[in-house]
Amino acid sequence: MNPVLRICALRVEAPNAQVLVDNVDITLAQGEVLGLIGESGAGKSTIGLAALGYARGRCRITGGEVWLAGENILGATPKRQRALRATKVAYVAQSAAAAFNPALTIGEQVCEGPVRHGLMGRDEARTWARELFASLDLPDPDTFGRRYPHQVSGGQLQRAMVAMAMSCKPEILVLDEPTTALDVTTQIEVLVVLRRIVREFGAAALYITHDLAVVAQVADRIMVLRGGRMVEEGSTDAVLNAPRDDYTRRLVAERSAADTLRASPAHAAEPLLSIEGLNAGYHGKAIVRNIALQLARGETLALVGESGSGKSTVARAIVGLIEQQSGTLRFDGKPLPHRLTERSRELKRRIQLVYQSPDVALNPMHSVGEIIGRPVEFYFGIHKDKIRERVLELLCLTELPETLIDQKPAELSGGQKQRVCIARALAAQPDLMICDEVTSALDPLVADGILSLLESLQKRIGLSYLFITHDLGTVRRIAQRVAVMLRGEIIAQGATADVFNAPSHAYIKRLLSSVPELRIGWLDENLLQSERPAESNTLTGELKYAAQQ
Amino acid sequence: MKRLVLQRVLAGVLTLWLVSVLIFVGTELLPGDVASAILGQSATPETVAALRASLGLDHPALQRYGLWLLHFLHGDLGTSLTNGRPVSEDLLPRLYNTLFLAGYAALVAVPLSVLVGIASAIWQDSLFDRAASVLSLASVSMPEFFVGYVLLLLLAVKFPVLPSLAAVSPDMAFSERLYATTLPTLTLLFVVAAHMLRTTRASVLAVMGSAYTETAILKGLPKSWIVVRHALPNALAPIINAVSFNLAYLIVGVIMVEVVFVYPGVGQLMVDAVSKRDLPVVQACGMLFATAYVGLNTVSDVLAVWANPRLRHAR
Amino acid sequence: MKVFGKEVPMSAAIGMLLVAVIAMASLCASLIAPHGETETVGDVWMMPGAGHWLGTDSIGRDMFSRLLYGGRTTLGLALAITLISFSLGIVTGFAAAVLGRKVDQVLSRIVDTLMAMPVLIFALMILSVLGTSMPVLIGTIAILDSTRVFRLARLVAQGIAVQEYVEAARLRGEGLAWIIRREILPNAVPPLLAEFGMRFGFTILFVAGLSFLGLGIQPPYADWGGMVRDNAQVINFGGIAPLVPAAAIALLTIGINLIVDWLLSVRAVGQAGVIA
Repeated sequence: MNPVLRICALRVEAPNAQVLVDNVDITLAQGEVLGLIGESGAGKSTIGLAALGYARGRCRITGGEVWLAGENILGATPKRQRALRATKVAYVAQSAAAAFNPALTIGEQVCEGPVRHGLMGRDEARTWARELFASLDLPDPDTFGRRYPHQVSGGQLQRAMVAMAMSCKPEILVLDEPTTALDVTTQIEVLVVLRRIVREFGAAALYITHDLAVVAQVADRIMVLRGGRMVEEGSTDAVLNAPRDDYTRRLVAERSAADTLRASPAHAAEPLLSIEGLNAGYHGKAIVRNIALQLARGETLALVGESGSGKSTVARAIVGLIEQQSGTLRFDGKPLPHRLTERSRELKRRIQLVYQSPDVALNPMHSVGEIIGRPVEFYFGIHKDKIRERVLELLCLTELPETLIDQKPAELSGGQKQRVCIARALAAQPDLMICDEVTSALDPLVADGILSLLESLQKRIGLSYLFITHDLGTVRRIAQRVAVMLRGEIIAQGATADVFNAPSHAYIKRLLSSVPELRIGWLDENLLQSERPAESNTLTGELKYAAQQ
Repeated sequence: MKRLVLQRVLAGVLTLWLVSVLIFVGTELLPGDVASAILGQSATPETVAALRASLGLDHPALQRYGLWLLHFLHGDLGTSLTNGRPVSEDLLPRLYNTLFLAGYAALVAVPLSVLVGIASAIWQDSLFDRAASVLSLASVSMPEFFVGYVLLLLLAVKFPVLPSLAAVSPDMAFSERLYATTLPTLTLLFVVAAHMLRTTRASVLAVMGSAYTETAILKGLPKSWIVVRHALPNALAPIINAVSFNLAYLIVGVIMVEVVFVYPGVGQLMVDAVSKRDLPVVQACGMLFATAYVGLNTVSDVLAVWANPRLRHAR
Repeated sequence: MKVFGKEVPMSAAIGMLLVAVIAMASLCASLIAPHGETETVGDVWMMPGAGHWLGTDSIGRDMFSRLLYGGRTTLGLALAITLISFSLGIVTGFAAAVLGRKVDQVLSRIVDTLMAMPVLIFALMILSVLGTSMPVLIGTIAILDSTRVFRLARLVAQGIAVQEYVEAARLRGEGLAWIIRREILPNAVPPLLAEFGMRFGFTILFVAGLSFLGLGIQPPYADWGGMVRDNAQVINFGGIAPLVPAAAIALLTIGINLIVDWLLSVRAVGQAGVIA
């Protein structure tokens, strides 16, 4: 059978002549889903866009061919390229909020494609849009199109984007991280709907993501990319269960580790941090209510919740940054003043905060040495010559090369920057380190490295961590105890094994069941078990056009 | 949205009131005795006292302000110190002249600069764009009097096409008036249009670089459609902002231009009054210009709210 | 092309050349000028010729020399004003950004009120009361102009103050002075530099404009705006005398704007774009 998409020897370069995609070949059969896996910078999005004959910004496609519908879109005239886009191959972006025009209604933008390409009349397009909305489980499909993008939720907008892509009934869909920007529980809903639509339409798809477990649920084949090159390719089963390449093996190992508990069980110790009845908020509005936490020395307590649950607020309350807070805070047996200004320098030193995004957590005008050296100088008043020695020690402790000491943050990689942030926190020799989503912005393998570092530091120095995250895999990996937050309150707290294996609250059950496991068929099992609506066949016969091409 | 509009209008009124206070403070309450400053050489204790009494400077400041504002709102703009006539008598005909000049310039400048600005953004880096950028940069850097005198030299002296003195009288025919004011309008146009062009171009470029523009490209839509249906509706708010923000230049520029071409407008009047220390006239002219400025800004704020799709269709 | 080792587009290089030439010439006015500032050397309004490269003015003084001295006066005044307004604007802008909401509210209200009128109108009113002496000129323009700098400085400082590295310094317990000096200031330089250029350009136009209206620097001192005013009549007879100083103003400002445009495009610096 003829492949619907054939990419040969694709080569894409950045404006500074850096090679983004190097000699990549892809073949896609009708109705087949190919997962493109890789870390950031691997070139997956670039390949996805190249399938439409497009390169972002000033990047250029300098080599190769992209064959679809019997034509090489790279060699076609601009007019022909435009004709092929959306009609033969459509793109679904990562962020729906950015992809939709705020000045036009959703319906206008969904119907625009088929009408402008001459495929349908206005009314026909509107009817078709309504059917798409219904099959994507969007509320009030008849009137949904009249709303503006800012009037609907993130998950709904993402599905609307899928509708927009399907509006011209393309043979090929390029899905660029379609669920990455969403909350875990929303992700799963969109994933279900996506898979259903792709199957019903018989469309071929390139599914781009960095999450192996997600791709395991939707893809027939997987291609692993690294540095713009193909590393491995094969059926989903083969790649996940019998990976040939070392890089692939590491990716698989890291992801499957997230499914199993690894943190060593907690040992009883006196509490280092104890919180009772904490209420905190801004401008008279309470964001978190009645928080009670206990953290023992040398232990890691994870604080888990989705966006808006208030976990960051708890962290900020502990360091004293919230204007209005009440309740009891005790640190090392003594009361902890609520406000930062009321705390002694010693107290400030003993509790350190590490941020999520190292790009904004490090002053771009300071060198690494200055950044790490400042706390040393500030807290311990050490003489200038000794500071450099100490900084080198800290670099060594965080597994960073000594040469970094005079470099500026812009010259470092994401993982290195985060280690510098950790080194800066360590320079104060704290008792408690609050890690606020410190691995969320990093690639899986890099994040794994950071987590290993944190674990080893805990074993060597006896650091205690309050680890804030939304990722359950990380919790299993690193936390002995966990507290789950929902809408400003803690709904469960205890040893990780207890909380996860015997969930006490419906939300926790839902949370746990929303995170895909690295197992083909997990999604189907999950749908059968849970209360989620099963894949319904709301499409009429007319819409299944798979066989006619 | 109505609530936001009302807010903006109220803010405008409040600002105007604050400005009146500012003007009053700026002219009547500053250190240095106003009366002796006005009398200059001929200041003797008696004459100063007499002037102070006649100007009502003995009364408490708040009372003077209240009276002044009250009179102003009733159209009584005080009496000129230089010729003893009521200020409104001299001001009104000149007001018409200035408005004519400003309106003439604005009517040409706004469509011209917006269209060229949009075109420049669409064909970025083309010859057209580069030429427009160079010209507009030069224009905003040149003082109005430079442009004015160059145009005067070229179009009124070397090749006498237009009159050098913009002499207008109340009983002129409309077309005659247009002819007489073309040169000053052209001068005004240069600087104001250039500012508007640059800001418009920057706004449209910003909109064209957004993610939804890329989505439209990936949908295979033609460029003209993308510009008209996707980019412009979003560029509307920043363009409106740019235009009204820069129309403020018109207010300032008109003063310069009136002096260059000896045009009998409010600007010319104000400058003369300043050099002669004719305070009532200065106050009246100042209030007039300030009202125009605040009014323009308020209208621009309101239009910006209307043009913003997120504010027009709230959640 | 390269200037001091940094890549610079042709336009910015031309701008730098213009500014450098004019600034240098004005600085060395007393060394280069062939005649004195107030010395009469020939007939009135002579066209450019042997002894007077740019002709003579309304009472027979050498235009070229007057131009050089005028440049010194205009540039010197504009620089003084810009430095004062810039310092004032930065101090108040930073204060508003880092000293908390109340300070911010108060300062912003004051600035908003001062900005409710165009600078020219406001300046005209104050000059009508206080006269046109040098200190009044400098003070008035500097204070009014500082409001624009305030807006930008506040925006820039706010943008930096919310970055996490500033919060990290606060958490450490660093004092305010240290945070401003070592965390905020180094990152604020690029946008502020562009703003300085813009204010300088505006001030030159403004000072020249006031002098042209007869309300700025008083004769017999040469300053470009005043020179335009003095020689304005001859334009009706085809003389070019007023165009000479006016062109000097234009060239200098063009040069400054070329540099500012480049600075603004290079680092995608804050386009708060507060003009006039």
